[in-house]
Amino acid sequence: MSDPALESLYREVILDHYKNPRGHGVIEDADAEAEGQNPLCGDEVSVYVAFGEDGETIDDVKFSGRGCAISQAATSMLMEMTKGRTAQQVAELDKEELLAEIGVPLTPVRLKCAMLGLTTLKVALHKAKGTPLPEGLAGFDDLELT
Amino acid sequence: MAVTAHAKLDARALRRDFPIFEQEMHGKPLAYLDSANSSQKPRQVLDAVDRFYETSYANVHRAVHLLGERATSALEHARVRVRELLNAPDAREVIFVRNATEGINLVAYSWGLNNLGPGDAVVVTELEHHSNFVPWQYIARRQGAEFLMLTIDENGDPDLSELEAVARDHTVKVVATNLVSNSLGTIHDLAPLVSWAHEQGAIFVCDAAQAAPHMKVDVRAIGADFVAISGHKMCGPSGIGALWGRGELLRAMEPFLLGGHMINSVRVDKTTWGELPHKFEAGTSPIAEAVGLGAAVDYLEAVGLDAIEAHEHELAAYALGRLAEVPGITLYGPPAERRAGVVSFNLGDIHPHDVAQILDLQGVAIRAGHHCCQPLMQKLGVAATNRASFYLYTLPEEIDQLVDGLHAVRKVFA
Repeated sequence: MSDPALESLYREVILDHYKNPRGHGVIEDADAEAEGQNPLCGDEVSVYVAFGEDGETIDDVKFSGRGCAISQAATSMLMEMTKGRTAQQVAELDKEELLAEIGVPLTPVRLKCAMLGLTTLKVALHKAKGTPLPEGLAGFDDLELT
Repeated sequence: MAVTAHAKLDARALRRDFPIFEQEMHGKPLAYLDSANSSQKPRQVLDAVDRFYETSYANVHRAVHLLGERATSALEHARVRVRELLNAPDAREVIFVRNATEGINLVAYSWGLNNLGPGDAVVVTELEHHSNFVPWQYIARRQGAEFLMLTIDENGDPDLSELEAVARDHTVKVVATNLVSNSLGTIHDLAPLVSWAHEQGAIFVCDAAQAAPHMKVDVRAIGADFVAISGHKMCGPSGIGALWGRGELLRAMEPFLLGGHMINSVRVDKTTWGELPHKFEAGTSPIAEAVGLGAAVDYLEAVGLDAIEAHEHELAAYALGRLAEVPGITLYGPPAERRAGVVSFNLGDIHPHDVAQILDLQGVAIRAGHHCCQPLMQKLGVAATNRASFYLYTLPEEIDQLVDGLHAVRKVFA
């Protein structure tokens, strides 16, 4: 890669998370789960959460689905970031924290890709624990809240 | 197809009519391969719109003053140009709408709500754009009618062997299909479906949004009952399109949108509808946009729709050949001679969003996504595809730029 813009967007850590996603899989009998779609491109992510004995701390979190490198890598990073936090902490997780982790400049369209996993996870927690829904949910018309 | 019989167009010369190509993207020459999404606009159309606003703008059909007269005459001239383009019998059957989507919604609501009921069926194909799929699905469900979809083969042709069973089990009231597919580029021979629809006593609704920019669309030759087009795909402004419908059907239909201009008289106990086309044009029309569409028709006819069609077949053949060189590529759709300038593909399992983004950084604009054809994506077993599409201003070296870009994409994901 010689193009600086290309190099910065598809930097190695993004490609590494895309090719070797962390926390990829399904948790059977999950305590919380949700399915999210990005209607712009058809990306799909399902997240599964298992809580620890206190019923609040995320003991395990996994995701499945398919999508572009940005959506899948961001969700993979999110799995590492959220394990061990409480539902309330994740509900309050600022998207800037995830964006800092992703660490590449994103156009508005790709921002939706990057946020798909976080939004879906917050929806899952909302359904299971009544924690606040994520900001900007209106952009995700296809999120299945049922 | 006798491509060589047509006059050739000079894409390099025509390109100079389009100011948008005077700039670079990310420091690279712009290869705009997204014309099926929306086309770029020639100076002739931009100037016509400017000139109209600067010299002739006022509201139409109601002002007594000279500007009002000029504006009305410009709008009605545009209607006549669209009638001529489509070889429609009467300009009063040409309804200005925002786009083909609105045109099809007009038919679905105005015709469907009064003519569809339990036991009836609406038939579409698996290859429809959502614009010709979702309105019918919605109205059919609302009316308790069946919504049926003909499956397609790998060329995008619907399986006509399914028709017999459909006719046996249902009262078919509507058959709605596209003339040219926006996703696979397939140019359909609609004749068998039109005859079948009419044998069933059904209306035939043709989505010609992707056809009208690229080939001669003759509503009489097609034999359809309704034909919808979008101005923005054919060098015209966004926000303007047209629906042509058979006069006797349009006259019998209830209006779609209600309000100013579309009435004959309004009393508290009864309102009567205006004559065609006004009955279907409530509110102030997109007047300047319609004038721009008329100018786009002038432009396309001056270039020659036969020449445009031939140019696109050439580009499609060239693109299919060059793209086949890229390792790991999957190409979708029919052979070049049966397709308009549209090529959908996937590059291994690299997501189209990533492909399109890396291409963008190299100045290549393509579409990545489901192309408003999710039923087709389900058929192909993919979430999305990449789509490169061509128009009268597209040059072979833009396709070369695309192929070079795809090699760069492969390198990133190697």
